[in-house]
Amino acid sequence: MIFDNIDMDIERGKVTAIMGPSGTGKTTLLKLIGGQIKPDKGSIFVDGENVHKLSQFALYDLRRRTMGMLFQSGALLTDLSVYDNVAFPLREHTSLPEQAIHHLVLLKLEAVGLRGARYLMPAELSGGMARRVALARAIALDPEMIMYDEPFTGQDPISMGVLVKLIHDMNHALGMTSVVVSHDVNETASISDYIYVISNGRVVQSGAPDELKHSDSAWVKQFLGGLADGPVPFHYATNSLMDDLMEGFKRTKP
Amino acid sequence: MIVDRLQQIGSRTLNRFNRVGRGSLFLWQIIICLPYMIQRPRLLVRQLYYVGVQTLLIILVAGLFVGMVLALQAYIVLVDFGAEDSISLMVSLSILRELGPVFTGLLFAGRAGSALTAEIGLMKSTEQLSGMEMMAVNPMKYIIGPRFLAGVIAVPLLTSIFMAIAILGGFFVATEMLGIYEGVFWSQMQNNVDFYEDLINGMIKSLVFGFVVVWIAVFEGYDCIPTSEGLGQATTRTVVHGSLAVLGLDFILTALMFNV
Repeated sequence: MIFDNIDMDIERGKVTAIMGPSGTGKTTLLKLIGGQIKPDKGSIFVDGENVHKLSQFALYDLRRRTMGMLFQSGALLTDLSVYDNVAFPLREHTSLPEQAIHHLVLLKLEAVGLRGARYLMPAELSGGMARRVALARAIALDPEMIMYDEPFTGQDPISMGVLVKLIHDMNHALGMTSVVVSHDVNETASISDYIYVISNGRVVQSGAPDELKHSDSAWVKQFLGGLADGPVPFHYATNSLMDDLMEGFKRTKP
Repeated sequence: MIVDRLQQIGSRTLNRFNRVGRGSLFLWQIIICLPYMIQRPRLLVRQLYYVGVQTLLIILVAGLFVGMVLALQAYIVLVDFGAEDSISLMVSLSILRELGPVFTGLLFAGRAGSALTAEIGLMKSTEQLSGMEMMAVNPMKYIIGPRFLAGVIAVPLLTSIFMAIAILGGFFVATEMLGIYEGVFWSQMQNNVDFYEDLINGMIKSLVFGFVVVWIAVFEGYDCIPTSEGLGQATTRTVVHGSLAVLGLDFILTALMFNV
């Protein structure tokens, strides 16, 4: 079981962050919202529609109208150039003339600082650059909601700053609803309106960034502060180190 | 121990059936997406190039040599009975009825089928398929459909090219090396090869082979475990299952078509 009795509200027009240790299913959560995997139980509503009760046609319509998603790996189409990747959703879903698409693509690429890289192929990009191109592609259609899966991983400090500002600006200027999944506590906290901290399939704590910073929960303190000692287990669940080491000793015995 | 074995056999059998079910559903999904090709013919043309044109070379070379070897072998057998004039009959009938469709099916599974599986599998493991879904572009329409249809169209075309070049290869060997008269070669073929019985049946075979091989190829790619190991296994399965399917179906189709 990945999630146990989880209940979250993502407010329209706000930046909602989802944080938690690795392997708690944050990406799975985004895929559930996007309707890519089905929950065993429970329901997810996006824009008033139960994502998992929709027909395939209606689901694709909902995705086209309301959702953008930035994948952790970027998920760029490897046989298309950077330019064509960003143009892809525009060409598929609009009947804009090629000239208008050209303008839109260059503006989106300008926003992520990669206008000059438009002729490169995805294989020639670094991980951080690929993710920025993917961001440009995700915002190409100006979706109402955008889900970021680890947008800051692999970014140098400058592009990290630019991305943080970009997510914040898009939210403010366009009223875009943002869901940010991230480990980068400070950056994420600086732009989010509300934070959910999840672990072991449950919401450990939620609230505005300031509330969480002053939370007395030892768990949240340790996680946000990045401390080694505390109630959050750093080690993947197993038996004690002593027992494991003794195991090897037993085996080599003649 | 025995119970373990039994359990293993049971779960494997269930898995098999599960896969067959998924494969059939997958095929159905492809078929309902095919009308989309009318709106986007360029996707299809591109795939026809990758799947068809790029397989052409191996088909041409294989066809030429199969035809030449057949003519030599036919001559060795027939000359003992003084029937070497019938060499064109033996070459053309075996090519049209069996070797054309079967060889093309096998070569297609090895050359294009494996490439299709690897391409789609890699797209899956790099999240390109999921990414497309989230951009509200159905990968069935955009990726799988064009590749499937291109394969189904390409195999019969490749088969007819294989047949033509193989017969030409046989003709070359028979007339230039073995001293059969050109007129005899062609007239024997003309008198004894039936358009429906031989050529059309061969083309029906190739259509079935193409359909099955390309179905296996795209399904294996789409259904693969998205790791380098899983992808390797899926590609191997495409070639093995595709080839076996071609050979097995060939037997069934031959039995049905020629009323044995």
